[in-house]
Amino acid sequence: MATGAFASAGADLELVGIQKRFPGFTAIEHLDLKIPAGSFFALLGPSGCGKTTTLRLVAGLEEPTAGRILIGGTDVTHQKTFQRPVNTVFQSYALFPHMTVLENVAFGLRRRRIDDPVAKAHEALRLVELDHLASRKPQQLSGGQQQRVALARAIVNRPALLLLDEPLGALDLKLRRQMQLELKTIQEEVGLTFLHVTHDQEEAMTMADTVAVMNKGRIEQMGAPEELYELPRTAFVANFLGQSNLFTGPVVGSTSEAISVDVAGQRVVVPAARAHRHAGEVTVGVRPEKLSLHVEAPADDVNRNIVGPGRVVDVSFSGVSTQYLVEVPGLGTLVVFAQNMAFGPVAGEGDEVWMSWNIEHGFGLDDDPSDEPRFEADTSTRSIATQKRDSLLSELGGA
Amino acid sequence: MAFAAFATTTAPEPAARRRSPIALLLLLPGILYLVLFFLAPLVSLLLTSFQKPTEFGDIGQFDYAFRWENYVDVVQAYWPHIVRSFGYALIATVLALLFSYPLAYFIGVKARKWPLLQSLMLVLVIAPFFISFLLRTLAWKQILSDESFIMTSLKALSLMPTDAHFTGTPIAVIFGITYNFIPFMTLPLYTTLERLDLRYLEAGSDLYAHPFEVFRKITIPLSMPGIVAGTLLTFIPAAGDYINASRDFLGGPDTQMMGNVIEANFLVLQNFPAAAALSIILMSVILIVVGIYVKRAGTEELL
Repeated sequence: MATGAFASAGADLELVGIQKRFPGFTAIEHLDLKIPAGSFFALLGPSGCGKTTTLRLVAGLEEPTAGRILIGGTDVTHQKTFQRPVNTVFQSYALFPHMTVLENVAFGLRRRRIDDPVAKAHEALRLVELDHLASRKPQQLSGGQQQRVALARAIVNRPALLLLDEPLGALDLKLRRQMQLELKTIQEEVGLTFLHVTHDQEEAMTMADTVAVMNKGRIEQMGAPEELYELPRTAFVANFLGQSNLFTGPVVGSTSEAISVDVAGQRVVVPAARAHRHAGEVTVGVRPEKLSLHVEAPADDVNRNIVGPGRVVDVSFSGVSTQYLVEVPGLGTLVVFAQNMAFGPVAGEGDEVWMSWNIEHGFGLDDDPSDEPRFEADTSTRSIATQKRDSLLSELGGA
Repeated sequence: MAFAAFATTTAPEPAARRRSPIALLLLLPGILYLVLFFLAPLVSLLLTSFQKPTEFGDIGQFDYAFRWENYVDVVQAYWPHIVRSFGYALIATVLALLFSYPLAYFIGVKARKWPLLQSLMLVLVIAPFFISFLLRTLAWKQILSDESFIMTSLKALSLMPTDAHFTGTPIAVIFGITYNFIPFMTLPLYTTLERLDLRYLEAGSDLYAHPFEVFRKITIPLSMPGIVAGTLLTFIPAAGDYINASRDFLGGPDTQMMGNVIEANFLVLQNFPAAAALSIILMSVILIVVGIYVKRAGTEELL
């Protein structure tokens, strides 16, 4: 990294055939990734999927076993951390406890011998609205304030690439929402390339231009958040990014426009363009909010898939919407999110219901869902408990 | 008084909400101990330092008085020893720090991945304590004496002039003090370095600091509590040391320190007021030096 000058703008990041093995396990199997300059890129995955390792490789804190890392077209694979035009906002913030907030922010500037580090540090602190706390020590600040100082300490250097390692993980929900918006605004303001690692799918979707879902050291799918959500390619993506109702069955009919799948005797139609496999045993799915709940069997409609009857096993009210769990024989438990257009739920526990959805909303996956349970087993025990309590209450009420 | 110096490096305990008679009862043995074995001798020492010789009395007979000239006399007679004591102690402390820091860093940071190696190395640091330091210092005298294998070999190889000595020189005394206090330096350094959060170092290098700058700007300031504790544990006893500098061990007539002079005045010359005055001077100088040092190091901010 040249001293005395800022990177002119965000640079693109390219990972070519990256592999990282630690003694005893492989963190990253094989990774090819290209992040265009100036974009907000999120790497989303469960803990242990290799996303933090990827970030540390880019920062230079780990060395790849194989592969190359290019920033702005320059090969940085063998550059040391301090030579790379990259800054990181660490999960733990790692603010130096022996320095004031101002000195923390000015640290990188001083190391690179940039003119007037104090004024630039104040400017960065003003950006995160913390200039009035410049003379405090980091441990005198709240979690959210520390997070903003960590951000200021990184962006003040105008790195070609800013790495964010779950920086919002330690914040409470409300502060997290606020910081997400602030981060997004700052990214647009300064025009840097952001690489954000997170396990929070909502965070990834609200902030990033492009999301890559990572699992077991591989990228499962990459794309714009809407694209990933509406058309997941694998069962992992379908379930990690929001919830999905998935059905597996053989293809029984296929036209140029749609395929029909037989799922336990019920026919489900999916547009051919939205299905990755068109023959054999396939898994198709639909998002819970795309389902409509009917209390009586709806009339057949060529544009809609209808499944049912099923029995409502759980109803949970969450203000804006109500989540129904519907047990359909042969299909398993389906999740339905219904907007609360009327007061209260339209169906109660134990009611017989049908579900339908526009066939355009279905999607066909590239793989089969794993055997791992989609829902925690406690849902059913909780519903049993709720039913028991309800029956007891009605008995008492009757007495 | 060493404890008073350390008190600033640890966070003060939150005060008890109410006075409990049990707490006082539990403190009583400690207070009694301090009064009996620290406060009373200190007062006695102070009184002795102002005593004047008994008129027409024998050697070693003194009367209580307020003869403050004792202090002037001992400073005039022994100022080279006073200077030498603090000089040797300072040099030995710096040498021990230079030797112990890399050692403690290796045990506390680099060896974290191998806990077995870590404990083995710690045992090796502590192992010398199993043998009396008198014996160890005597052993060094044997190893470094004029007839020893090392010295004769060096002379045979013309690496040293044939009439050169090692024992009895200031270098030998400083060597002995450094050697004896290395564990006292290493252990406190180890305890702070062992807790050193490496993420700060990573953050430092992420912010364009090359390894030396990371060490100077982050590692050293964060390990300041250990440096302060280690240097105090070395400097304070080293300033009063009288074994290494003694003629029976590594020292000679020109290497006598305050400890040797105090010993001679108490036990040989039986000039108790002079010995007491020297002790008080030693104690006060250490107190002042340490007070300034702890204040300057500003370690209380770190914890």
